[in-house]
Amino acid sequence: MTDATPILPADDDEDPVTGRSGIEIRNLYKIFGPEPERHIAAVKAGLTKTELNRKHRHVLGLTDISLSIPPGKITVIMGLSGSGKSTLIRHINGLIAPTTGEILHDGADICRMSPKNLRAFRRHKTAMVFQKFALLPHRTVLGNTCYGLDIQGVPRHESEPVARRWIARVGLKGYEGAYPAQLSGGMQQRVGLARALSTDADILLMDEAFSALDPLIRLDMQAILLELQGELHKTIVFITHDLDEALRLGDRIAILRDGRLEQVGTGQDIVLRPANAYIAAFVREVNRARVIRAATVARPVVAGGDLPEFAVPGTEVLETVARQMTAAGVSHARVLGRRGQVRGTIAISDVLTAMVTPATAPEHELAKG
Amino acid sequence: MASDCWSLPETLCRFPAMEAKTLRLMRKSIDDGFRDIVRSWADIIDAATVPLQMFLNTLEHAFTDTPWVLVLGLLLAAVWGTARNWKIVLGTAVALCLIGWVGLWQDTMVTLAMVSFCTLVAVVIGLPIGIAAARSDRLQRLVSPVLDVMQTLPSFVYLIPVVVIFGIGKVPGMIAVVIYAVPPMIRLTTLGIRLVDREVTEAAEAFGSSARQKLWNVQLPLALPTIMTGVNQTIMMSLSMVVVASMVGVGGLGKNVLQAINNQFFTVGFLNGFALVAIAIVFDRSSQAFGLRLQKHREAGHD
Repeated sequence: MTDATPILPADDDEDPVTGRSGIEIRNLYKIFGPEPERHIAAVKAGLTKTELNRKHRHVLGLTDISLSIPPGKITVIMGLSGSGKSTLIRHINGLIAPTTGEILHDGADICRMSPKNLRAFRRHKTAMVFQKFALLPHRTVLGNTCYGLDIQGVPRHESEPVARRWIARVGLKGYEGAYPAQLSGGMQQRVGLARALSTDADILLMDEAFSALDPLIRLDMQAILLELQGELHKTIVFITHDLDEALRLGDRIAILRDGRLEQVGTGQDIVLRPANAYIAAFVREVNRARVIRAATVARPVVAGGDLPEFAVPGTEVLETVARQMTAAGVSHARVLGRRGQVRGTIAISDVLTAMVTPATAPEHELAKG
Repeated sequence: MASDCWSLPETLCRFPAMEAKTLRLMRKSIDDGFRDIVRSWADIIDAATVPLQMFLNTLEHAFTDTPWVLVLGLLLAAVWGTARNWKIVLGTAVALCLIGWVGLWQDTMVTLAMVSFCTLVAVVIGLPIGIAAARSDRLQRLVSPVLDVMQTLPSFVYLIPVVVIFGIGKVPGMIAVVIYAVPPMIRLTTLGIRLVDREVTEAAEAFGSSARQKLWNVQLPLALPTIMTGVNQTIMMSLSMVVVASMVGVGGLGKNVLQAINNQFFTVGFLNGFALVAIAIVFDRSSQAFGLRLQKHREAGHD
């Protein structure tokens, strides 16, 4: 299928960001096994994962990953289990060293840092949230939240007020003295989040942070994260195997499969223009009304034509737009840009078409994949 | 019978052992060599042993010469301090009074002094070795068979060289007890640290912990219940070694048991045996209650 709807450049993705440095991953390869260096040349020349495993008993974790993670945005790395997403996120704070490749932040290559510099980098620049929370069971909520600052050597009389503030911020006020075992999973992960935020690190690494939670609690936590991010503008790398979660949170989404990057783009990009059959199959069941934004399906304004009275913001997803238009009883609306300028018009039929048309992969990609 | 040997040749029937003469020569040269070495080092060994011997004597006197009321009070306070449980304190009081009533107070004090010191030594030696073995797979592979030997080799066997080196007295006794009691301490420390949830140690690293910070903030506190089991086992094993140690000159309840065996004093044997059991139970309950108290935070609520 060729996409009939004209796609306007989405202006919400061009948000200028502060002068902070993102993370630049370049040509990253990771081979697990006793002698990874011996096989790297063969892998670069095209030896596949199965062949490497069968012939040399080494596991190919990541293959030629190049990804730029913009500052102040949520980048979601999505993939099924075994796709290498947890391996990839652990490269960013040096918990795993790559076989070859580099990861740049602020002009420094994280993979080549001395142990001392790497420790300083982890203490001040990154914080991590874990799937199974990884709280210290013998410390209270307050003690756990202070943990990152303890390691930095910040005295308790300075760290405790900071920790208390973050505990309140994630909604756990009153639980400062509780032990993790006394809290539910969702509450424990709030502690995990407070612990990560209290060090004021710029980079937040979230490894399947909400995957162990019940669906409703997970939605809650996603809302908390988005709300906090609206204020803090951290560089967040979020790992998940859940496409809905990826689409809800990700400013950018990178899809990983068998240690390779399959596609990188915004949620809309991936839903509307899947790079190959694998991703197309993935996004087929997605609720498109919650992903596609009004500006994407808006038609350019015809010169001299009448503009509809009713206006919808272009950044709004189709579900909301449809609700607003039906509530107002209109069939046409103008679509506004970020600064209130008219970006185009939209008809309720366009909205419906965009909602129900599943995306397929381009033909040439199908043959390849 | 054996003569026809299922019509097999002689070498396949009777195991072709080394000649008796060779064996005798080997034995003699090893034994003499060892004795010569010990003799030539005698001064240094004595210099090392004497202060330890003096310390052990002083410790023993501290237990035996102090009026029993005071010792009893201190012991009960110590049990309360570790266990925080009135039942255990009461049980201890009853057990100790019974022991005193059957006239074994002095001997019990001697044993108590020995066991407490041996346990302390075993913990001080075992804990760092256990930590090191948890960090290095290679060290663990090295330590593990040594521990197996220490635990399975009959203690009488290593008592021989210990006696040759140190003579008879408290020091060789202490060494024998420590050799026997230290393996569970090492093993359970290693196990406890290795069993710490990988994600939690990973979190420690992700927040930039140094190896030392990781050990003190995460690994030791989380391994503490297992380490406490190790301490508990070490105490039990030193208590059970007290009888064997009495063969090389350690006094106390063990010596009485040994005499009871030699003279078939049925009642004396049992009274002393039960006194040992009573001390063992006191130690066990208080150390376990202490371990449990350390895990208060695990109790509770969800999951």
